Amino acid sequence: MLALTPVDLAIIVLYFVAVVGIGFYLKRFTKTGEDFFLAGREMTAWIAGLSFLAANLGSLELMGWAAASYQYGILAAHWYWIGAIPAMLFLAIVMIPFYYISKTHSVPGYLKLRFGEPARVLAAVSFGLMTVFMSGINMYAMAKVLQVVLGWDINFSIWVSSVTVAAYVVLGGLLSAIFNEVLQFVLIWLGALLISIIGLVEAGGWSGMVARIHERFPGQDYTHLWSGLGHFSDNPMGINWIGIVFGLGLVISFGYWTTDFLVVQRVIAAKDLRSAKLAPIIGAAFKMAVPFIVILPGLLGLAVLPEKLVGETQALATGAHSYNDVLPLMLARYCGPGLLGLGITALVAGFMSGMAGNVSAFTTVWTYDIYRALIRKTATDEHYVLVGRWCTVLGVAASIGTAYLVMQFASIMDYVQALFSFFIAPLFGTVVLGMLWKRATGAGGFWGLLAGTGSSIGLWLWVKMDPAALRYVALSAGAKDMAENMYRALWSWMVCMTVTVVVSYMTRPQPESELVGLVYGCTELPSEGHLQLYQRPIFWAGVVALVFVILQIIFW
Amino acid sequence: MHRSDMISIWFFIGALLLVYGLLILGAGLHDLVAPAKHPVVLASLHANIWWGGLLIALGVIYTVKFSPKKS
Repeated sequence: MLALTPVDLAIIVLYFVAVVGIGFYLKRFTKTGEDFFLAGREMTAWIAGLSFLAANLGSLELMGWAAASYQYGILAAHWYWIGAIPAMLFLAIVMIPFYYISKTHSVPGYLKLRFGEPARVLAAVSFGLMTVFMSGINMYAMAKVLQVVLGWDINFSIWVSSVTVAAYVVLGGLLSAIFNEVLQFVLIWLGALLISIIGLVEAGGWSGMVARIHERFPGQDYTHLWSGLGHFSDNPMGINWIGIVFGLGLVISFGYWTTDFLVVQRVIAAKDLRSAKLAPIIGAAFKMAVPFIVILPGLLGLAVLPEKLVGETQALATGAHSYNDVLPLMLARYCGPGLLGLGITALVAGFMSGMAGNVSAFTTVWTYDIYRALIRKTATDEHYVLVGRWCTVLGVAASIGTAYLVMQFASIMDYVQALFSFFIAPLFGTVVLGMLWKRATGAGGFWGLLAGTGSSIGLWLWVKMDPAALRYVALSAGAKDMAENMYRALWSWMVCMTVTVVVSYMTRPQPESELVGLVYGCTELPSEGHLQLYQRPIFWAGVVALVFVILQIIFW
Repeated sequence: MHRSDMISIWFFIGALLLVYGLLILGAGLHDLVAPAKHPVVLASLHANIWWGGLLIALGVIYTVKFSPKKS
C-alpha cells in the first residue's frame, strides 16, 4: 500500500476541481435539449473521435484488460484489434450515414423510425439496464484500485467520484461529458504511458520481456496473438479462432461499436456527416495503440513482478494479490512522488469518462425513448432538459447501487462479457438488418430482438445451472468462461437474425417511401467525389485497416 | 466547436498539464536533493524530472496555441 505525498494529493484534487470547473463553465452553453443531449451537434471530428474512444476507455478497460493480459497474455489484445477495429471502420463507412441522415437522437430512436415503437421500447429498456450495470462496474473497479493502492475506503471512493460525475453532467450535459472525456483521454495516456516505458527498460525491451516470461512460465504461450488459437487447449484463454473471429470480431465487437449508444452518441454529436464518419476512424487509430498502455503493463507484470498473481477467489482466500491488481502494482513499482498522483489521476479519469459516458447515454435514452415516448409525449424543450438533469442524478444513484451488487461477483470481466451477449449481440442483428435489408419489417425487428435477448439469457442460465452444458454452448468441453461468452453472443445473434428474417417474410413489407433515410438502397448518400483523396473518410479507413493487418502479422 | 465565444477544451488541457508538469518536475528536483528512503524501481532514471518537463512543454504549447485571447 502506498502513501501519497502532498504533490500527489494536489494533482488528484486539481483534477477534480478542473472537471467540475469545466462543467460550471459549460452550463451557460447548455440551454436547449439539442445542447444537453447531443452537445448541439457541433463537435469536430477530433473531439468526437477522442470522446468516442474515451467513453469506452473506463477504469474497467485499464484495470480489467491489464489483468486479462496478465492472465491470458497477448490474447487480450484481440479485444483492441480484431475486437474493435473492423467494427469501428464499418460504423464509420456503412452505418454512420443512416444514423446521421435520419437525425435520430439515439439508437433506440433509430429503431423507432425503422421498426416502430415496440422495438424502440425493448431496446431502450435493455440499454438502460446495461448502462446502469456498466457504470456500477466501472465505479467498483475504480474504488478497488484506490483501496489496493492507497488503502482508501471503498465507499469514500465510490461516493466522491460519483457525486463529481453527477455534478458536471448535470451542469453541462453531453457537452460537458464530451469535453471532460477529451481531457480524461489525455490524462489517461500521460498517466499510464510511463509504466510501459520504464517497464520495457527494466525488462530489457520486448525480446527481454518475452525471454523472462518464457523463463518464469515455461510451456505456456503468452506472447502470440494467433498461433495458439488452433484449439481450445492450446492457449491460456481456452478459446479457439472461431470464437475470436466470429464471436468477438463479428458479433460482440460489431454489436458494441455500432449499436451501443454510449459510443454512437459521441459520433452523432459531430457537426456534419464527414466529421461523423471521420470520428470513429480517428478513434480506431488511437484504439490500436491502447494495448501499449493496457496490455503491455500486464505482460510486463508477468516478466518483472516478483510474486505470481492469482484469481480473485484464491486471492481472497490466501491474501495474495489478484490479477486485477497488476496495474496498480506496476504503478507503485515505477512511479515516485508526483508521477504516482498522475497515475492515480489517470485511473480516476478512466473511471469518470466511462461513467459519464454511460450516464449521459442513459439520460438521453431514458428522456427521449422512455419518458417522452411512454410517459409524457408533449412537453416543452425546457421540461425535457429538466427531466434529463434529474435523470442524470437518478442514473448515478442506480449505478452506485449496482457497484455494491458487483462486489458479489468474482470476475469483473466475465460479468461484462455476459452483459454484452445479453443485450448488445442481438441488438446488432436487429440494427444491421434494419439498415441493410429493406424487406425487414417492424414485427420481424421486434421479435428478432426479443428472441435474441431471451436466448442469450437462457443459454447463460443453462450453463449456470448445469456447467456440463458448456460443451453444447461453446461446442467443446475444453472451452473456458471467455469462450462461453463469445459463443453465447454468436448464438443469440444468429437467433435474432433468423427470427427477424422468418417473421419479416411472414408479415407485410413496409413501403419503400417509409424507408427513405433509414435503409441502404432507399437512401441517397451524399457524394464525396468533390473531396481530395486525403480528405475522404474511406482513405483514412484504408490506412487504419492496413496498420491493423500489419499488427496481426507482427504479433502472429 | 463552432461557437466563437467558447474557450477551447485544448486550452483547459494545456493549463492543467502545465500545472501538473511544474508539480511533478518540482517533486523530481526535490528527490534529487533529498532521495526517498524507499525509492521506486529504476529511480535512477529520474522519470519525474523528464516527464514533468514534457508536461510543461505540452502545457505551454497548448495554452499559447489555444489561448482565449487569440480568438
